[in-house]
Amino acid sequence: MVGYTDKIKEIAGRLLKECTVDMVIGFRKGTMPMMNEPCFATTPEAVDSLVWDSNCGINLANYLTNRKEKVAVIAKGCDSRNIVTHIIENKIKRDQVVIIGVPCTGMIDKRRITDMVAGEILDVSETENTIKVKTADAETLFDKAEVLQQNCALCIHRNPVIFDEMVADAIPEQDVVDRYADIQKIEAMDIEDKWRFFDDLLRPCIRCYACRNACPLCYCPTCFVDESKPQWMGKGQDPMDVRTFHFLRAYHCAGRCTDCGACERACPVGINMRLLTRKLEKDCQEEFGWEAGLSLDQRPAMDVYQANDPEPFIK
Amino acid sequence: MTILKIDKKNWAEGLTAAANTYRLFGPVKEKDYHQFKALEKGEMPDLDMINTRLSPKALLFPQSEAMLECSLDESRDDHHIMKEIVRDDKPRAVVGIRPCDAKSTLLVKLNFDTPDVQDPYWLGAYHATTFIGMACDTPLSTCFCTTAGCGPYHEEGLDMLVMEQGDAYLAKLLTDKGKAFAAAAGWSETADDSAAFEAGRKAAEDRIVSTVKTDNLAATDLLELHGAPFWEDIAFSCINCGTCTFSCPTCWCFDIQDEVHGKSGVRMKNWDSCMFPIFTVHTTGHNPRDAKAQRVRQRFMHKLKYFVDKYDAGIMCVGCGRCVRQCPVNIDIRRVCEQMNSFKTAESCAAEG
Repeated sequence: MVGYTDKIKEIAGRLLKECTVDMVIGFRKGTMPMMNEPCFATTPEAVDSLVWDSNCGINLANYLTNRKEKVAVIAKGCDSRNIVTHIIENKIKRDQVVIIGVPCTGMIDKRRITDMVAGEILDVSETENTIKVKTADAETLFDKAEVLQQNCALCIHRNPVIFDEMVADAIPEQDVVDRYADIQKIEAMDIEDKWRFFDDLLRPCIRCYACRNACPLCYCPTCFVDESKPQWMGKGQDPMDVRTFHFLRAYHCAGRCTDCGACERACPVGINMRLLTRKLEKDCQEEFGWEAGLSLDQRPAMDVYQANDPEPFIK
Repeated sequence: MTILKIDKKNWAEGLTAAANTYRLFGPVKEKDYHQFKALEKGEMPDLDMINTRLSPKALLFPQSEAMLECSLDESRDDHHIMKEIVRDDKPRAVVGIRPCDAKSTLLVKLNFDTPDVQDPYWLGAYHATTFIGMACDTPLSTCFCTTAGCGPYHEEGLDMLVMEQGDAYLAKLLTDKGKAFAAAAGWSETADDSAAFEAGRKAAEDRIVSTVKTDNLAATDLLELHGAPFWEDIAFSCINCGTCTFSCPTCWCFDIQDEVHGKSGVRMKNWDSCMFPIFTVHTTGHNPRDAKAQRVRQRFMHKLKYFVDKYDAGIMCVGCGRCVRQCPVNIDIRRVCEQMNSFKTAESCAAEG
């Protein structure tokens, strides 16, 4: 993805100069290694701050919800699938958004890299296939493939599925043997072990809702956990309430989640809540042959009726 | 000022002895990161940690704290009558707290201990706690304590400050509570080595590479700053999660909730966050801070302007850097503070010509 930045600036500058859009949504360089900040540009001069590298893991579809202006947005494969979902769910109109597609070779996992080196990371730089990590005492070179976020390592839609401009030619898709090995392991557990597993998984949760808020699917005006009339669940740290939040949120995302990884990336306490959403992704694939966000012409698995539905109760 | 020398070999033994008098809390690594928790018998605080993911504020201000309870069993005479829950305010000590976090307790105290109102829950825990601080010799590049009214060897809020010196720890006894803890631990060998603290402080402060400027905040007009043009830009990336406020040692806002389980009910106090849209929703349904930019502005204005004006005690931030490191979208209080501090109103620009 080296070299994408210049091309993004060129496209964004042109769109703003020609008044094709009022605003371009992208990333600017962060104040820390492995962090970029979502930002917007409304003038051709402002596009100079836009950047692209392997630290653009936040899903920019999240910033399109209910926008009124004409917007250009930079979109990786997963972002583009969430834009499709947004259009289907009437959160933005197709003719209102110019999609600047980015063929994506994956985002790096800042937590994993932090664990893999000793000492504070002071600088991270990259080439096409390598990531160089500097601390005060050492410099470590990683293959990018070994430090990808897990959702990126498992990604089978690296190229945008919908776009108006492309930053580079499409790249080959990955041949992922088994997307669901970890999910199958959990499925195989007995009930006791499953309880223990989920209890352990969710125990660190502080209910900051970073996962929910980083998610482009979670745009309800008032989330069920925040409702007070009626109040569906407790607001304290009761494990039952914490679990209810995570399980129900995952179900709300069933058939819609693109496994962009924004939730896990945003979590301040390192919870892999993608295990829940990926189980439902797997179910949607197995039961309905459905993958979210691939086409504007198909209704999502959970909001469509088909005469050949295998469930007898629906007939 | 008494300074003790504690051979590292006697450290664990001393803490074990102190545990007879105090319930001990300290930083421990669990899963991927450190956090403060009650130490099991014989468990030692990890003094090598840089800092914990969440601040130790929960030791005085738990994320969820039951305050009152009642029975809903109508066969009882006292049903539906809220009663105070007996608190455990027996002596406790937090061992290994960093100076920034210790200083933060004094800022939080300004809110929970006022001439008009004293919060019995927070104050009960505060008075019961002895703060044994560990000097911070390896600050992170995102730490900016020295320009946030604090520092790696700062003593405010501590009862004892411990520093490492080769095979020993040096412990400065700052208060009577600190002396009592040392006595309970059986540490008594004194060392006349205030120079070591001075040298340690200087070396550690030199390692702080990150700063904020706050000198103009108090003098800047509040309403002009409130109406500054940069808030939309600062707030754009914010996803309105509670990571910054929950990880912050100085954020003190809470919400009160009643919960019922079967035949019993509790009234509890839960952390709240000004980032959450429902934080300010009125019972009418009106929300005075309905927009994201209003909420983001509130957080920074509270920390860097309202607090400054109200208490004249500096900013409501100790420079621990947690919000900087953990914000999922990299909103950086240092950058915001810079913008606020260098903000010039149209009037002041004209005056300068």
